[in-house]
Amino acid sequence: MEFLLFLFRRILWSILVLVGLSIVIFAIARVVPGDPARMALGPTATAQQVADLQEKLGLNKPIVEQYGMFIAGLSRGDLGRSLLTERPVNDDIRDTFAATFELVLATITLAFVLGVPLGVAAARWKDKWPDTLVRVLAIFSAVTPSFFAALLLQILAGYVLHILPTTGRLPHNMEFVAGITGLLTVDSLLAGRLDVFGEALRHLLLPATALALATMGQIARITRSSMIDVASQDYIEASRAFGVPEPIRVFKYMLRPSFVPPLTILGLEFASLIGNAFVVELVFAWPGMAAYGIRTILQKDLNAVMGVVMVSGVFFVLVNLLIDVLVGFVDPRVRIRGSR
Amino acid sequence: MAQESHPKTVPTAPPRRLSNAYQNWYRFSRNPTAVIGAAIVILAILAALLAPWITPYPEHVGAVVNFRARHLPPSAEYWFGTDNVGRDIFTRVIFGLRISLLLALVVLGIAIPVGTTLGLLAGYFGGWVEVVIMRLTDIALAIPPLVMALAVAAVLSPDLINSMLAIAALWWTWHTRLIYSITRQLRTQEFVEAAETLGASKFHILFREILPNCVSALAVKTSLDAGFVILVGASLSFLGLGIQPPTPDLGTMVASGSAFLPDYWWESVLPGFAILIVALGFNLLGDGLRDLFDVQEVR
Repeated sequence: MEFLLFLFRRILWSILVLVGLSIVIFAIARVVPGDPARMALGPTATAQQVADLQEKLGLNKPIVEQYGMFIAGLSRGDLGRSLLTERPVNDDIRDTFAATFELVLATITLAFVLGVPLGVAAARWKDKWPDTLVRVLAIFSAVTPSFFAALLLQILAGYVLHILPTTGRLPHNMEFVAGITGLLTVDSLLAGRLDVFGEALRHLLLPATALALATMGQIARITRSSMIDVASQDYIEASRAFGVPEPIRVFKYMLRPSFVPPLTILGLEFASLIGNAFVVELVFAWPGMAAYGIRTILQKDLNAVMGVVMVSGVFFVLVNLLIDVLVGFVDPRVRIRGSR
Repeated sequence: MAQESHPKTVPTAPPRRLSNAYQNWYRFSRNPTAVIGAAIVILAILAALLAPWITPYPEHVGAVVNFRARHLPPSAEYWFGTDNVGRDIFTRVIFGLRISLLLALVVLGIAIPVGTTLGLLAGYFGGWVEVVIMRLTDIALAIPPLVMALAVAAVLSPDLINSMLAIAALWWTWHTRLIYSITRQLRTQEFVEAAETLGASKFHILFREILPNCVSALAVKTSLDAGFVILVGASLSFLGLGIQPPTPDLGTMVASGSAFLPDYWWESVLPGFAILIVALGFNLLGDGLRDLFDVQEVR
């Protein structure tokens, strides 16, 4: 019951944030100086053409009514038409989002799978060499720009060692149409195509590593400090006195509460992770939302750009909602506090 | 009582502050990472300021073309090699620092005053002020700065000023959150209650009583943030949304150099390392300041 109340409040918040986000995006797109129709058509268009496009986009209506149209569209999941591709923005984003989603999912997995053990090791051997190593690693991963990490990985793994492919999601000669999920690694397994799965994984590895570095460093650092905090708690001391074996103490009693701070960090860092995904996608020619977003930006295709920003924001809000639920699940104290 | 103790405290205050400064400096100088960080930051700022006088080929900043010297590897003559039109990369990296540092200065110059004021207001007054400000912060946090800058670039035009404004328009949220959490802890402390009882103005309480207690946290946050703003700015110019060529910019140089990978690796890798080193400097300095001031609030 408490958990449901907590969930309900949290969802209500998320909706509020999304409404606010839609106003911000709408304001950027409409209240700024300049006429979107004129900008889309360029300086050579005639006044008649501009007026036609204004009519078509509803730009000649009052601003509140325009926002109403925008919100009505959003609530139906309709982001309008792209001026560049002349298709609904929804279709464009649906086609490209799956690739971005797969990349982000792989990134988060990698960041946790590498970051948490590193943090645990650093806490276990505090002030010894593993701790120093993790500290140095965390600092460098935080200050390396993602696009630079991407380039270095591309040079190292692609050009020097020749072990991994450096562009795209699959080899050019491989025929495979993504199915229901759009995630190549999942769809290929569902279709029983192990060769495709292997290739998809190989293509995913470099971009995901480049993107995961920054988050991994943060997670390692936070896991370390929260493990050290938890280690000084009375119940850990008690379990030691009772002779609970060390592996059980570390992994069962210390690691579970230590999971909360890294999860929270991931939620906060997620916005910059999406931003960096844009850059990393570009370096690895990953056919995700970034390539689409940048192409439409250069063409001043406002509907598409608003769609991309809105979807990024929704993605952020949903991930944070999910993280809050997870945190409530891992740490019962949070859901009790949160429901009040 | 208050009048009696007043004259006693005044003469003792200055010497104690002086010895504090000395102690702080001593502890700072004993912290190797902080010293390295400070050295990198000072060197970078000096290099950027003195760029026209310390670089070997200051004329290579513009659209100079020297095809005979194109794609030369690093050498004694060209420390970082030359680019695809034969310009000295070392010179352009030093000048590129100017843009990176300017970006950090402008973004934080806008974000810190705005974010701090909002954080103080939300933390001190609570109620609907808190609700409005902190919900606004939540909304702004939901937009990735890089994506926001892309959107602004789409609506206006892709250049440095628009990118800076776009980043600044979101960056204040982090300062608001930080100052808000500190202010909320301080609000109920005796010295604030004392000031309230004595009838101090709200302005006085916010900016003379509470704000000074946020300074060390702000210093740490600012130093760490400068590094991150530089990284975001570099990513923007890497995407072609920063300052437009031929003005040298580190992110732009990495992007244009990456077309010539892997053969002419220095054209992208060395400017990339320059970004990394500057960001590292600010980060180490921030870490060192955090240890020095013992600030727990800034991660």
